[in-house]
Amino acid sequence: MDELLNVKYDVASGDFIRGGEASSNIKKLLQQLGVRNDIIKRICVACYEAEMNIVIHSVGGYIEAKVFSDRIEITAFDNGPGIENIDLALQEGYSTASNLAREMGFGGGMGLPNIKRSCDEFYIDSKVGEYTKIKIIVYLK
Amino acid sequence: MKVREIVDSLRLKVLAGETGLDKEVNGVYTCDLLSWVMSHGKQGNAWITVQIHPNVIAVASLLEFSCVIVPEDIDVEEITLNKANDEAIPVLQSSLNAYELCVELNKLGA
Ligand SMILES: Nc1ncnc2c1ncn2[C@@H]1O[C@H](COP(=O)(O)OP(=O)(O)OP(=O)(O)O)[C@@H](O)[C@H]1O
Ligand SMILES: [Mg+2]
Repeated sequence: MDELLNVKYDVASGDFIRGGEASSNIKKLLQQLGVRNDIIKRICVACYEAEMNIVIHSVGGYIEAKVFSDRIEITAFDNGPGIENIDLALQEGYSTASNLAREMGFGGGMGLPNIKRSCDEFYIDSKVGEYTKIKIIVYLK
Repeated sequence: MKVREIVDSLRLKVLAGETGLDKEVNGVYTCDLLSWVMSHGKQGNAWITVQIHPNVIAVASLLEFSCVIVPEDIDVEEITLNKANDEAIPVLQSSLNAYELCVELNKLGA
């Protein structure tokens, strides 16, 4: 399958200053590829929420974006602590964000629901103490 | 309506993002919960928020907001202003509160 783009950005835990830069870079690359604006918007939402979840909730990880002729795939991976109850985490309003994160406007418990809503395919997999992996696909056609 | 016209009419203080003042304003949005803003904000919105950390600029830039307006003379972190300059997102400061800002923006037809 023809791969038009394949990029990977490290995302550091607790880095609220640089948090969002991976999403911002991916957005620029998609614009250069001429991807439709409404699709870019959906990718931006999913990418940003996944990136900030790595910053806020994990010890660090990466965001990867792949573009094919018919779809965009985003993978967000981190090295833990993992999610104990995925069904609960996916509920709107559920959040374990720290007070500091809440003061900064995070912790609405809307990130994962936003990601799910903005894509055509959504996969989440996690093992406590090991990793969380989220993969989304948005169709281009 | 351009950001510049709002700045002039409401006598807002331009803290950063001078180069973005000719952006077109399309509606107003106010909320401080970032994931809520992420899913409801629309391109061109003027965004009123009390949040002042650099991630605000990441959100504004991803959603292509026309500007960020900080109410009640809240001071904005230097690092946020630097990022706003890089991204050409005007950061505007007002002595009015969020509600009063909405009322005034509504009168202007924003
Ligand atoms: N990468 C992750 N690693 C560990 N836990 C996570 C991760 N992502 C999400 N979670 C857990 O799932 C919960 C819900 O995530 P979600 O993104 O929906 O909300 P939030 O991040 O708490 O708040 P918001 O996204 O609205 O700022 C989090 O509070 C956290 O407990
Ligand atoms: Mg989140």
